[in-house]
Amino acid sequence: MTVDAQPDAGAPKAGSFAERAHLALNDKPLRANFRRAMDGLMAKRAAQFPDAADLAALRARGAAIKERALARLPDLLEQLEARCAENGIRVHWAETTDEANRIVLGIFREHGVKTVVKGKSMVSEEMHLNAFLGEHGIQAIESDLGEYIIQLAGEMPSHIVMPCIHKNKGQIGALFAEHIEGQRYTEDVDELTAAARRVLRDRFAEADAGISGVNFAVAETGTLVLVENEGNGRLSTTLPPLHVAVMGIEKLVETLDDIPPLLALLPRSATGQPITTYVNMITSPRCEGEKDGPREVHLVLLDNGRTRVYADPELRETLRCIRCGACMNHCPVYARVGGHTYDAVYPGPIGKILTPQIAGLDVAGDLPHASSLCNACVEVCPVKIPIADILVRLRREAVRPSASNSVQGAAVKGAGDGWTLSESSVWAGWKWLHANPALYRLGARALALAGNLIPAGVPPLKAWTSVRSKPKFAPRTLHQLARDKGFDDA
Amino acid sequence: MHDSSGTRARILSRLRAAPPSPAPALPDWRAPRFDAPTRLDRFRTMLEAMKAEVHEVDAADWPRRLRTLLDNRGVRAVVHGDGSDAARQLGEAWGADPQAPRLVAYDRAVEQWKGELVHGVDAGVTLAIGGIAETGTLILWPTAAEPRLMSLLPPIHVALVEEDTIRDSFAEVVREQGWAGRMPTNVVLVSGPSKTADIEQTLAFGVHGPKELIVLVLKRAGRTYAAAG
Ligand code: SF4
Repeated sequence: MTVDAQPDAGAPKAGSFAERAHLALNDKPLRANFRRAMDGLMAKRAAQFPDAADLAALRARGAAIKERALARLPDLLEQLEARCAENGIRVHWAETTDEANRIVLGIFREHGVKTVVKGKSMVSEEMHLNAFLGEHGIQAIESDLGEYIIQLAGEMPSHIVMPCIHKNKGQIGALFAEHIEGQRYTEDVDELTAAARRVLRDRFAEADAGISGVNFAVAETGTLVLVENEGNGRLSTTLPPLHVAVMGIEKLVETLDDIPPLLALLPRSATGQPITTYVNMITSPRCEGEKDGPREVHLVLLDNGRTRVYADPELRETLRCIRCGACMNHCPVYARVGGHTYDAVYPGPIGKILTPQIAGLDVAGDLPHASSLCNACVEVCPVKIPIADILVRLRREAVRPSASNSVQGAAVKGAGDGWTLSESSVWAGWKWLHANPALYRLGARALALAGNLIPAGVPPLKAWTSVRSKPKFAPRTLHQLARDKGFDDA
Repeated sequence: MHDSSGTRARILSRLRAAPPSPAPALPDWRAPRFDAPTRLDRFRTMLEAMKAEVHEVDAADWPRRLRTLLDNRGVRAVVHGDGSDAARQLGEAWGADPQAPRLVAYDRAVEQWKGELVHGVDAGVTLAIGGIAETGTLILWPTAAEPRLMSLLPPIHVALVEEDTIRDSFAEVVREQGWAGRMPTNVVLVSGPSKTADIEQTLAFGVHGPKELIVLVLKRAGRTYAAAG
């Protein structure tokens, strides 16, 4: 595959969500793995927020912090760039994932980089960065244990916080026995973890560069905040002489004071931890006299469709997301079909609204339908993104693009794509029938008399009745009933 | 070479052309507060819940206590800061004793001894500039004398924290100590040893960083719950 032919971020492959969901539902171990994990995560989150009033205040604060940052986004990006420059961090801008990949490659080429250790980063997944670097002779090794496991398996993450949550320890044991030299098959978690430590330790020491994502960037100070439990993120950004961070342009907050409340929300919503083991705040490369830390730090700011999302004030709320994954942990659909069914970088409720906006409704238009609109995601989202409202909006956009007040034409990429010929003829017929009282009456009477005789097996009734019972027609029309009641204008 | 300035201008102009949205005021939110006696309790309980070991020790006596803890673990080499107070105290207490763990000063750039640092030391001793009771967190503020990797590469991380530097919340620390105006190269909050739950949500420790975190809370004789109140 050539680089230019790479799909946009989150672009699903062939096949529909519904088809993949059927496969997933028949995969018993997969369903068990997800069910167990999601039950545990929901319980842990609940335990972290015992006081409803405290939680409400914290969420209101978190949502406002992100809303304020989005309201001032262009100014804050400039401020971040200026602060970073003062601190010695070099900032790059990329409109597309391809451009971002080339920037990273350019930096690496300049430094003769051959091997890279990588901390977990969803934006780099959007970029398919590992594959791109591999094609250009640079080996990028995932250092987060979950990411390392799925890298060995040649898979995509199935969850944005716990990328290999779809696998059980037997599957992981088999994978390690196959790929790690001298490693016997075991299901012992400590032994598996130790094996990964052994393999990755030397990689950290040998790597020419480290790559990371960014959880929050502080415009006021030019600080990159990274949260993690393993220490792999700290190693990747401290031990090699060069550090390249990639982030979506929405990951910005105004001030350092915004960080504590967001930190109080993120790990507790994500995994039910009061705080992650490490909160790493990077403000500049190694200074004169310091003995470690990278000598150069670069920051790549990625658009990849975010400015288009930003152009519509309702859809813009999507960009508040702090990637905690709570919405997927609480989603009844996600818990049953798992992350891979979405076939996109971002699965679950946030993926259902983000992916179609980034990749286009023509590519991912079925995702907004993969929801029962039960509102569980909305209730847990720490920054109060109205996911359900946006899902409904996208369903509408899929068939009928709204006149947008955005400067870039249609509000959502690929809007209107879901408008099929049969749908438009049905609606045209409906309109015609309702605009002609005589015809309407005739039709209604005909259905009342003979509607129940229509066999369930004829199209288009066939598709409907394959999963539902056939509609039953009343023997008298509404108009007839109304006249019986004495309405003479019915 | 790609046209970076064009890209930057296009991104910013698209953002500027979008309809504005209001910037709401920040609603009230207060981080939790603790009174003096519960503050240290909370700090300790939270750390212990994350599998760190916490010991309250006399500020003058900590090298001796640490020696016992490390001897029990068979530690042979300890890396410490170069020229710090803690280094001097360690040297005075252990220096003359051939049975004591070897003291290794982090006195060169990492490139000059990466191999030994990655594989050859068993423990690293750092001084935290403070603690956070709410979450059981140590604040590490690495410097030229106490580089970043000391708390990350050795299998055991020993952190010293003076009792009267323990505060209630991170929010309080950032605001009251005016961090925004003086951010160092790198500051790290540490709340326990390195851990992962990536395999079936089963906790495993020391996946990349330290397997153990030993916290020594330094208490000054004659002072209880001092300044922090
Ligand atoms: S949408 Fe909300 S709940 Fe879902 S990942 Fe983003 S912040 Fe978390």
